[in-house]
Amino acid sequence: MSDDRSPAPTIDDATVAHVARLSRLELTPEERRLFRAQLGGILESFQRLTELDLGDTPAAGQGDPAVGALRDDRAVPSLPREQALANAPAVEDGYVVVPPVIEGAEDAGTP
Amino acid sequence: MTPTPSASPADLPAWELRARYRRGEMRPTEVVRAVLDRIDAVEPRIHAYLYLDADAALRDAARWDAAAGREDAPALAGVPVALKDNLCTRGVPTTAGSRILEGFRPPYDATVVTRLREAGAIVLGKTNCDEFAMGSSTENSAFGPTRNPWDPARVPGGSSGGSAAAVAAGEATLALGSDTGGSIREPGAFCGVVGLKPTYGRVSRYGLIAFASSLDQIGPFARDARDAALLLREIAGRDPADATSADVEVPDYPALLTGRVRGLRLGVVREFLEDGVDAGVANAVRDAIRTLEGLGARRVDVSLPHAPYALPAYYIVAPAEASSNLARYAGVLYGRRTDRADDLIGMYARTRDEGFGAEVKRRIMLGTYALSAGYYDAFYLRAQRVREVIRREMEDALAAVDILVGPVAPTTAFPLGERVEDPLQMYLADVFTVPLNLAGLPGASVPCGVVGGLPVGLQIAGRRFDEATVLNVAHALEQAIGTHAFRPPLAAAEGRRTRA
Repeated sequence: MSDDRSPAPTIDDATVAHVARLSRLELTPEERRLFRAQLGGILESFQRLTELDLGDTPAAGQGDPAVGALRDDRAVPSLPREQALANAPAVEDGYVVVPPVIEGAEDAGTP
Repeated sequence: MTPTPSASPADLPAWELRARYRRGEMRPTEVVRAVLDRIDAVEPRIHAYLYLDADAALRDAARWDAAAGREDAPALAGVPVALKDNLCTRGVPTTAGSRILEGFRPPYDATVVTRLREAGAIVLGKTNCDEFAMGSSTENSAFGPTRNPWDPARVPGGSSGGSAAAVAAGEATLALGSDTGGSIREPGAFCGVVGLKPTYGRVSRYGLIAFASSLDQIGPFARDARDAALLLREIAGRDPADATSADVEVPDYPALLTGRVRGLRLGVVREFLEDGVDAGVANAVRDAIRTLEGLGARRVDVSLPHAPYALPAYYIVAPAEASSNLARYAGVLYGRRTDRADDLIGMYARTRDEGFGAEVKRRIMLGTYALSAGYYDAFYLRAQRVREVIRREMEDALAAVDILVGPVAPTTAFPLGERVEDPLQMYLADVFTVPLNLAGLPGASVPCGVVGGLPVGLQIAGRRFDEATVLNVAHALEQAIGTHAFRPPLAAAEGRRTRA
């Protein structure tokens, strides 16, 4: 283990709150405490990735000649709307219904 | 090994069922009934299935009864198969082991499901798995764990634990699983069955509920290599619906099982047999290597110095992709929605908190962190560069040898509850399997010994798109040591009871 490796990043309450917000996860206070400790431990153990001298190695990419062949650009029937919407929790007139997006938009009428 | 004529159809391999069917000696309804009886007998102790439709299976089987005795019957006519519950099945509940997808009935079949039906396979139902395939024990299923048929106090491995346990216990003849970091190979090893993760791109992922799209691959579970070859041949090949499926010829895998390994260069990976591996596991693997040498394979010691970095690289890359793939579960298009929401963002956040289990949340958090501003270069990009180092190292190694071997996992099946509170301990079960996913290489788990009453799996890794050699080495080992030792006591007891 080299001495110049960067120190493990600190996972504090603010980081957990920030990441939970980005993740769209409403965590309970207990989950926040648990994940703060666990993420800190996991990232600490992953610090050994910083030991490696990667030189000019690029990031693994998608440049694989065997895969990625595109199919013919041909119009085919798609899923009927009623089937596509059959699993949605709330549907009205062929639209998905969600709570108001903008504050005070409740009376803004149908889309 | 030729099965005894008196064996229950539930314990026969697919290739034997197929031979008897073509000779007109066995009807699919008879086979499906035997498997359903086995399910009735052992399922209360195993819990391999999340959904079972016995009536539909018997109906489908009856359709093939009339064709018994026909030479031109499709490859899997009347063979009962189980599907991991992250494979979409039209009109049939598909949960991926998650509460957030409770009640979801996909409007289409995954390509592998379509191909199985075309091949005449009888779909029995959907098998239990870790939620969204995230786990190594099937304990992360929202619907309770599956138990190991060798010892119900132990895990079957994961994430495809239900599929592995079903095949081991005779609750299905064949099964499909998915493998993102070892989710076919590790449960295969823990349950004493053959599990194969094909080359990335070999099998269409269309209709597989995505976890980490650059790593996910669907593959077979079977009780021997010949059955795995039979199943792989049916599901492999280019699919216009999956742009990452490869346009590479699919060989006739069963026909290539010669059992000959003379002159084959067998790369033994030093890093996979170092400290951290249970002595019993290491011994069983060394015995298997000696057996293959005895058959004429040439042992070559290989070093993969970067292999120990695969685990942290994987646990950055996979959660990063998961955090993006799982953004779709927000209570809008399918699945659960919270009933306590005043605004859109609140609905997303609360739906996801209520619907996801702890491991899924942990990985979404980890992945989001690794992709977030300020940490992207240090974590995600660095992990992807390490992945490239590992990929090159493994491809270089496979330029000098024909296959690489080592243990599938450092231990045999561990007790239920032992690791659920400690995510890092759980991740360690994947230490030898994740390098293949990072490199996109094919790998099989084949039973190679029994230690303390539990099976041990040998991992066989091959060159890209060379599943044929991987399967042939597995077949050669089976021919030498037999498969009879790899039947869990529970299935053996049920087999005796049925015949009595």
